[in-house]
Amino acid sequence: MPELTDKSPALQVTKVARYFDVSPPFLNRLLEGAPRQILKAVDDVSFAIKKGETFSLVGESGCGKSTMARVVVGLYKPTSGAVAFDGVDMASLRTQAEALPLKRRMQMIFQDPFASLNPRWRVSNIIAEPIRNFHMIEQPADIQKRVDELLACVGMSARDGKKFPHEFSGGQRQRISIARALASQPEFLVCDEPTSALDVSVQAQILNLMKDLQDEFNLTYLFISHDLAVVRHMANNIGVMYLGRLVEVAAARTLFTRPYHPYTRMLLESIPDLEMTGTKTAPLAGEIANPIHPPSGCYFHPRCGFANERCRRDLPISKPTKDGALVACHGVEEGRIPEFREVKTPAPA
Amino acid sequence: MPPPSKHMVEPDGRLASPLLEVRNLRVEFPTRRGTLVAVDGVSFAIMPGEILGVVGESGAGKSMTGNAIIGLLEPPGRIAEGSIWLDGERIDNLPYEKIRRIRGKRIGAVFQDPLTSLNPLYTVGRQLTETICTHSDMHHSQARKRAIELLAEVGIPAPDRRIDQYPHHFSGGMRQRVVIALALCANPELIIADEPTTALDVSIQAQIIALMKRLCHDHNTAVMLVTHDMGVIAETCDRVAVMYAGRIVEIGPVRQVIKSAKHPYTHGLMGSIPGFGKDVRRLTQIDGSMPGLTDTPSGCAFHPRCPQAMDKCRKVRPDLVPVEQSQIACWLFDEAKEMANA
Repeated sequence: MPELTDKSPALQVTKVARYFDVSPPFLNRLLEGAPRQILKAVDDVSFAIKKGETFSLVGESGCGKSTMARVVVGLYKPTSGAVAFDGVDMASLRTQAEALPLKRRMQMIFQDPFASLNPRWRVSNIIAEPIRNFHMIEQPADIQKRVDELLACVGMSARDGKKFPHEFSGGQRQRISIARALASQPEFLVCDEPTSALDVSVQAQILNLMKDLQDEFNLTYLFISHDLAVVRHMANNIGVMYLGRLVEVAAARTLFTRPYHPYTRMLLESIPDLEMTGTKTAPLAGEIANPIHPPSGCYFHPRCGFANERCRRDLPISKPTKDGALVACHGVEEGRIPEFREVKTPAPA
Repeated sequence: MPPPSKHMVEPDGRLASPLLEVRNLRVEFPTRRGTLVAVDGVSFAIMPGEILGVVGESGAGKSMTGNAIIGLLEPPGRIAEGSIWLDGERIDNLPYEKIRRIRGKRIGAVFQDPLTSLNPLYTVGRQLTETICTHSDMHHSQARKRAIELLAEVGIPAPDRRIDQYPHHFSGGMRQRVVIALALCANPELIIADEPTTALDVSIQAQIIALMKRLCHDHNTAVMLVTHDMGVIAETCDRVAVMYAGRIVEIGPVRQVIKSAKHPYTHGLMGSIPGFGKDVRRLTQIDGSMPGLTDTPSGCAFHPRCPQAMDKCRKVRPDLVPVEQSQIACWLFDEAKEMANA
């Protein structure tokens, strides 16, 4: 992990894998002799998040970022590997009584603010649910007071608590989701594409709000997004995922100035250029491979301009570079990938 | 009735008439609770071969404008006022059969979700050849050959094999390529692309944008690109119209609008995009959200969110006035002009 500070990790993810069985039904397998099929949604992913910091996972659809989020909050059990929150291995908590205090400290914000709020509940009820669930406050009047506080926290008025979710716009609903997540006084929030359903001016409001809340409550974020510009704005450290594997982990600054992995570079180059500098190269061809039958060797090799025999054969493992990034690429390891700027704008002859 | 069109002077001194001209368009939805106005007094022109971006947040009326042009407004939505001219011919009041002839032949369409724009029960080839046969007098076998050429042109590998596959055999990006091929079938003069890359991943989005730019350049097709993504606009368009609450608030050359946005809304919109050139702790935010159709504010619709709103903004609605190379609907600029004149 880049630049070790004295901050201890809030979350430590070690070699986590999550597989899904997507085999045809038993009878088909028996009659047609079809084999079992395993989808490796997340494979061999390790990272750590320090307290009060934001770690981002980026990647295109189907790369396993949302699965990772669900594994972290315990909605999925990892197939192998361990998730440790504040030094406690989540898998060691067998009973509800043991797990509950830890679960209170981590909450999740979902992508779709239309689907993640119960349409039949009033907003105050939605926000009060974690308070009741974790028995944080018992008196109804006190709960109401706390709900009003939370609404004020996310920039809404106490009167809004009486309304139903359908009376609000997408941005307001996402504020309600955030208020609900904050209700249990968590230290760690997993945000799965919290702004991708929102318009850009509303996205700015929510991102600003999330940063303010992070400062106020010293929150730690696992921030998942496909939008590199948003990630750059929010994150301290970034992990780039491709087909279920982390291909590069680096500090936000390093990743955007010196990306190592060819896939990271491709992502950066494909962002529409608002500055209109006109230095764009042609977009890379190819699409994400089928994760059920990933390519041999490095999963990215069919789309990679630097791939050689070794890339087609061996799966690369993450190795640290000199400026502290972790990169899983044979080319970077062997030093045959040129500097980023050289690639972007070829020097005139 | 000939259109009283304003001719524009091309760089070489020739007069060029616009390919598409939308004049004072108003789209209404009569409902039991009153009439909702989705598009209100929108005027713009697209020159042949030009790419015009229409940008705005959800509910700004950008898709409605596109649908009105190709005659795809869903009832009870209707064009209440204004006119639409395609190459000097009025097309907004045509009978169904006539507009159907124009749609697909002279104006192509690409929609957001490539899966819903393709019929899942027909092979890609059948959909392409059907469209080609409808709009030309080509023989079926010729049409099939043309379809394979089109698929190759939009960058689908092994088109002679892929042509007999169904839409579900294609990935999202490949489906969008098929939809673009469909739009190009009859060599239209104008393509209306409604959020063509919104459902796609960034790397695929870059491919599709590059493809559309290349094809439109090769065929000299004009494009009206409707999107919410300023980045896509910056990459593709020649000019851009920014819409807010059913009206155009700023229209001008893309570089000018993006680099030096004049209207407070465009300015706020640009500031709220997290970018790579800027390292800011907080993004500029426009408080509040776009008003719903039922409660459009009086005067300038943006005034409740505008940091520079004046008394006049609350009462009187501003019209587009020329400022440098752009046109802007904002009293700030009208005032400034009046003062300069006085």
